Amino acid sequence: MPLSPAAAGPARRPGLFNRIAATAAGAGIVAGLLLTGVQHLQLTSLIRTAETYEVAAQAASAAPQQHEHQHEDQHQHQHEHAVPGSEHEHGAAEHHHGGWEPAPGGERLFYTVLANVSMAVGYALLLAAALTLRGKPVTWRSGLLWGGAGYLVFFVAPSLGLPPELPGTEAAPVVARQGWWIATAGATACALALLAWGRHWGLKLAALALLVVPHLVGAPQPAVHGAVAPAALARDFIVAAAVANAAFWLALGALAGWFHARSSRAG
Amino acid sequence: MSPVTSHSVEAATPLALKDKLVPALGAAALGIVLLFGAGFAPMEALHNAAHDSRHSAGFPCH
Repeated sequence: MPLSPAAAGPARRPGLFNRIAATAAGAGIVAGLLLTGVQHLQLTSLIRTAETYEVAAQAASAAPQQHEHQHEDQHQHQHEHAVPGSEHEHGAAEHHHGGWEPAPGGERLFYTVLANVSMAVGYALLLAAALTLRGKPVTWRSGLLWGGAGYLVFFVAPSLGLPPELPGTEAAPVVARQGWWIATAGATACALALLAWGRHWGLKLAALALLVVPHLVGAPQPAVHGAVAPAALARDFIVAAAVANAAFWLALGALAGWFHARSSRAG
Repeated sequence: MSPVTSHSVEAATPLALKDKLVPALGAAALGIVLLFGAGFAPMEALHNAAHDSRHSAGFPCH
């Protein structure tokens, strides 16, 4: 029942876009905060540890250059010994690709929350749009299925080719990897939709092809594989990321289902 | 005339696909913009701000 008479007429109901946005905002904000909690418990310390290896590796690779430089200079400019050292310090400070970056601690956490929530609201908008186009009644339980599908599309399928990586891992150029990531997620989404709703066997066959082709093509790989963090740390990170993203997607799906059902009843 | 009746009639009639398409695609486009900003945008400041989120979510980073 509408809260006010003004909400009763079809023309004066809140627009469909606003209802989708409200569902996505509710689900995305809650799930994004939940993700931040899980991430903080499980993932952040692994990222910080990997960064200490990254900084140490950069310092080690800078050291031999400094040594050679000193040899060249010894004949002429003994007094300039401090110069290579100061360049080295400069390099270590720039380890995060230059430009502004949040200060460690509260500021970094604040921006991580902001990024998690906008990511979660972004995914929730896609989910709520899909629920609306599908047009079938949804509960938080059927929302779990949608969340599971989102986990397969946006985490599992891309991770098969490009596993979550710690800082300091050698990888192919980022634009090529992003292209493969997006193409794989898109193909997997189409495949799951065809498997769920396609009636003709030909469509199911096309779905299987869409599932497999990105992995036959293969993700872009670096010329040389390598990482500064130990392999055990990288494995721990993949497992922790898989668990955190599963929790995130199931929560996002259930919340989107619940908010969507509520706004459908109210509308 | 009763707002309750008109409301229940309205709720029982599913919206036609053409009425849903524009709002749903608009919402999806907004979602893609948010995801691009948090997960894919190449700008240094955005990358550094979202660094931990990108690694955790398995987005290609660096």
